[in-house]
Amino acid sequence: MSLAVPAHRARAAVRFAVRRSWIGWMFILPFVVLFAVFYLGPLLVGIGMSFTDMRSTDVADPLAVDVVGVDNYLRLMNDGAMRRAAVNTVVFVVTALPLTIGLGLAAAVLLNSGIARLPAAFFRLGYYLPNITSIIGIAVAWKFLLEPEAGLVNRLLELVGIQGPNWLQSESTALPSIIVMTAWRSFGFNMVVLLAALQTIPKELYEAAEVDGAGRWARFRSVTVPALRPVLLFCTVYSSVGFMQFLEEPLVMTRGGPLNSTLSASLAIFNQFGVGNYGYAGAASTVLFTVIVALAVLQLRLGRRR
Amino acid sequence: MRRTRRQHAIVYAGLTLGLALVIGPFVWTALSSFKPEREIRRDPPTFWPETWTLDNFAELFDRVDLGTAFANSVIIALVLVATNLLFCSMVGYAFAKLDFRGKNVAFALVLVQLAIPAIVVMMPQFVLIAKLGMVNTFIGIILPTVVTPLGVFMMRQFIADLPDELIHAARVDGAGEFRIFFTIILPLCGPPLATLALITFLGSWNNFLWPAVVAQSEQMYTLPVALNILNGNEGTHYNLLVAGSVVVIAPILFLFVFLQRYFIQGIATTGLK
Repeated sequence: MSLAVPAHRARAAVRFAVRRSWIGWMFILPFVVLFAVFYLGPLLVGIGMSFTDMRSTDVADPLAVDVVGVDNYLRLMNDGAMRRAAVNTVVFVVTALPLTIGLGLAAAVLLNSGIARLPAAFFRLGYYLPNITSIIGIAVAWKFLLEPEAGLVNRLLELVGIQGPNWLQSESTALPSIIVMTAWRSFGFNMVVLLAALQTIPKELYEAAEVDGAGRWARFRSVTVPALRPVLLFCTVYSSVGFMQFLEEPLVMTRGGPLNSTLSASLAIFNQFGVGNYGYAGAASTVLFTVIVALAVLQLRLGRRR
Repeated sequence: MRRTRRQHAIVYAGLTLGLALVIGPFVWTALSSFKPEREIRRDPPTFWPETWTLDNFAELFDRVDLGTAFANSVIIALVLVATNLLFCSMVGYAFAKLDFRGKNVAFALVLVQLAIPAIVVMMPQFVLIAKLGMVNTFIGIILPTVVTPLGVFMMRQFIADLPDELIHAARVDGAGEFRIFFTIILPLCGPPLATLALITFLGSWNNFLWPAVVAQSEQMYTLPVALNILNGNEGTHYNLLVAGSVVVIAPILFLFVFLQRYFIQGIATTGLK
């Protein structure tokens, strides 16, 4: 704006800008109010509660709540179940993550390898199905599959002479079963995203590499993988943030058992919430939130740098 | 790239084996739901039902009020579809085409909300819902997701690509911002709204934890909540459980098979942008 603008026109411009601002905020009001009341507020309240001894019985009478400093956090560190939950969550993420992305990438590459459109669409539809079905429906189906006697899995193993374990009731197989189920359920998402990215890689790049004498593996490593980098980063961040919060699978299939072997961090928090230990659950939530944000930021940093 | 026939055959074989492993559990569950309980437990198992029966479904509907749960799930999903279509496109339009103070900060909040884990805010949300007297009500189940950040993000991406001239022309003609939004922008948003409707419906239909926390009596249960109660009470009656699983999954399956185009497009574009 030049300095020579007459005063009345400048005032009109300001008035216009204010009016525009007002209208913009009117449009986004539903989101802003909801965010403040149901997300930002609860997030801050949760962090605040974590420094108190608040219990469900205190909701009616907030004055009865005492500030206890970092006691809840100290208690967390010495809580065997919470430590087990943390370990289980880490194991779950570091195994389910490569499985789901690897399967998604394999499916996407096969679907992009020049097969006809119609069968490709059919396979894509099938692979994506577990992703959109209710976790309860799926958990029930898998409990039935893994049932020690009547379950299909153990009956198939019987055919080849193997006595299958009681998958969900044994400490050593319960978590791996849930990990396999999760990879089975979620790889379709990565497949769809990776397939869309694969289809944007120009064919000429592959032809040029072939002319240069690159074999199939070399073409995959030097053309496909670099081109997919940003999308693989997205899949990794998205999936690990989701997996860090896994809760419904063990809740429905094992309730965290046997002997806490499938207890996840989120499920442990949910259980504390259920028995009314709001302050303690708030502390565990705050730790989980911090770890998830830190992990996502770290992944984005590392992924962008290289 | 030239492919030999043999390579093609290997690709198809791999894809088919994968498909069998992925949809096998669904097929097995669905077929089992039509077998009598004796046949479900028989060793060796039958793949195709020897005797087809609807007894499992009849007994299931007898034990649990699945009709109410089904209706609740449909009502909640439809209300959320309506609110999300309206609000996400309004908010998305403002972020895409309107200039206002604090816009960037407000948009950052959308991304922040995407990053907040459900479990972290669930407890305070529940306390809030309780204070507002909304425990065991539809409004309590619905309220936290009437406008979702993913929907806002999707609508903003689409509306940003619409030409500015449309809006300028309407402003010159003296149309107000709300009129521009409802008469010019919204009618152009068909494809992303279809995707958003489908994503919202699926998300609501499958949502389990929050409805399980808020709904405390059988009249308020949604289908997943009702099935989970059954899962807890009848943990070994697999004839009932598989039938319940079919009731929860089947409607989504039909919806998905017919409308999958919109869905996969939506996922692919949100993932890429």
